[in-house]
Amino acid sequence: MALDRKTTEQMARLARLRLDPEQAADVAEDLSRILDMIDRIEEVDTAGVEPLAHPLHLAQPLRPDEVINAPDRDRLQQSAPDVLEGYFRVPRSVE
Amino acid sequence: MEFEPVIGLEVHAQLATSSKLFCGCSTRYGAEANTQTCPVCLGMPGSLPVLNREAVRMAVMMGQAVEAEVRGRSVFARKNYFYPDLPKGYQISQYELPVIEHGRLRIEPDEGAPKLIGITRIHMEEDAGKSLHEGFGEGVTAIDLNRTGTPLIEIVSEPDMRSPAEAVAYLKKLHSMVRYLEICDGNMQEGSFRCDANVSIRPAGREEFGTRTELKNLNSFRNVERAIHYEMARQQEVIEDGGHVFQETRLWDADAGHTRSMRSKEEANDYRYFPDPDLLPLEVSETLVDEARSSLPELPDAKRERFMEAYGLKDYDASVLTTSRELADYYERVVATGADPKLAANWTMVELLGALNKDGTEITESPISAEDLGRLVQRIEDETISGKIAKQVFEPMYAEGADPDTIIEREGLKQITDTSAIEATVEEVIAENEAQVQQYLDGKEKVLGYFVGQVMKKTGGKANPQQVNQVVKERLDAKKG
Repeated sequence: MALDRKTTEQMARLARLRLDPEQAADVAEDLSRILDMIDRIEEVDTAGVEPLAHPLHLAQPLRPDEVINAPDRDRLQQSAPDVLEGYFRVPRSVE
Repeated sequence: MEFEPVIGLEVHAQLATSSKLFCGCSTRYGAEANTQTCPVCLGMPGSLPVLNREAVRMAVMMGQAVEAEVRGRSVFARKNYFYPDLPKGYQISQYELPVIEHGRLRIEPDEGAPKLIGITRIHMEEDAGKSLHEGFGEGVTAIDLNRTGTPLIEIVSEPDMRSPAEAVAYLKKLHSMVRYLEICDGNMQEGSFRCDANVSIRPAGREEFGTRTELKNLNSFRNVERAIHYEMARQQEVIEDGGHVFQETRLWDADAGHTRSMRSKEEANDYRYFPDPDLLPLEVSETLVDEARSSLPELPDAKRERFMEAYGLKDYDASVLTTSRELADYYERVVATGADPKLAANWTMVELLGALNKDGTEITESPISAEDLGRLVQRIEDETISGKIAKQVFEPMYAEGADPDTIIEREGLKQITDTSAIEATVEEVIAENEAQVQQYLDGKEKVLGYFVGQVMKKTGGKANPQQVNQVVKERLDAKKG
C-alpha cells in the first residue's frame, strides 16, 4: 500500500517532524513498505486467537502506594532549556 | 418545534492515593512548583512506569459501587498529543480494554422521576500538569508538573440524560459516591473532580441523535446546569436558522455565561492510541476484587433507606442527611446521645446546616459537636427549654463551641415551669392592664394572646407557654364571676 503525500505530511505534523520534500518521499517509501508487511501479516487466519497487547506472557506488577521520591527540582531541571521561579518557562500556549 | 436534549457526562476524579499512578512522587495539592516530580513523571528517557496498586483498588471499588463489571485483564494505552504540560508527549490511559464496564447509577432529579443512568466505562489514566498563563510576563506560560501522573478515573456515562436537572442529579450522585468511598476528595475548585458534558438536541420523539458538542470547563454543579441550558438554546437557534451543529469542543465561560468554540485544530481528535509497550496488561486478581468489596462502605441509597426505616425520617430529610458520609455520621452521633431522631434531623438540617452554609464551613469543622447538639435536643424534650429558647442557646453554642447546659445556666434560660412563679407574673400583668381585662370580659377573647405575650415578655420568654396560657385563662375567667 503506497502512502500518499498528504497522509505522510499529516503524520509528520502529528509527530511534530519537519520534513523537506525529499525526506518526505523517503519516509513515504519506508512507511509504505511497513504497511505492505502489515498487509501480509493480516492474511494470516487469526480466528480464535486472542488479541495480543504485549509480547510477554506476564501481568503488570503492582507497587505499594508509598511516596519514595524526595524533592529534587534543581537537578531535574538541569536539562530544561528555560526555568523561572521553579516553573518550566515556555512560549505562551494559548491566545 | 419542540426539542429534547441528549446528554452524556465524562467525569474525571482524582484518586486519593498518596503517590502518583506510575511513580513514587507525592500527589499532595499545593506544594511548591515542580517539587513533586521525578524522571518517570517528567518523561525522561529510560524511565519506566510501575503501576500503583492502591489506585487499582480504588477504581475497582468505584466499579463495584455502580454495579459494573470488573475486567480481569485490561490494557494501558498511549494517547498521543503535544502540549507543554504533558512532558512525555502522550498520556497513559486505557482505550479498547478499560478496567471497568457496564455499570449504572440511580438518580433522583429535582424535577422528574428517579431514573437509572448507564455507565459505559470507567478507565484509569494519569493527569497532566498545570499551565499558568498569567503572571509570568508577556507571552510566557509557566508549567508546573506536580500534578503530572496523579491517578484519575474517567467515568463515562451513556447518553441517558434528558434534561440539565438530570445531568446535575447524576453528577451530584457520583460526587457523593466518590466521597463515600473515600477514593476522591471531590474538590471541584481545586480540580480533583471535573466534568465534561456531551450535549446534542433532537426534535422530541425522534430516535436518532443530533450532532453533539463537548462542553469543557464546567467547574461547579451550577455551571454544568447553566452551560447545558445555554448550549441547548444555542443549538436550537442554529437548527431553526437552517444551519448545522458542528461536532466540536466548546469552552464554557462562566463570567460571560456562554460557550465558545475552542479553536479546533485538525489533529485535535487524532490521538493515535496504541497499547503502551512499557506496561504489561493489568490483571485484577480475585484477592484485589475481594479486598475492594470488603472495604465498600454503606452507600448513599442504602443509608437513605435505613434512615427512613430506623429513624422514621421523610424521604427528603433522609436524602439531605445522607448527601455526604460525614453528615450522615454526624447525624447518627446526635441520635446516639438519645435525642429524638426527628427533632435531631430538624436541628441538624435547619439550624446547624443553615449556620454552616452561611459561613462556608464543612460539617467536619462544625463548632458544635454532635454530642452537644444531641444534648440541646434533649433539653427541648425534657422541657428544660422551649424550642424557641433553644435557638437562643444554639447561637452562643455555635459561636463559642460551648455545651448547652453551660449556656442555659449562664444566661438563665431555664424554662419556668414553677406554677406559683407563673401565677405571680400573670397576676402582675392582669393588674397592670385593666383596659384589656375589661375587653376580655366584654367578650373579646382574642385579647388573651396579649396577656400571654406580656407574661412571656416579663419572663424573658422562659415561661412554659402552655402553662401560661392555661393560667391566664383561669384567672381571667375567674373575674367573669
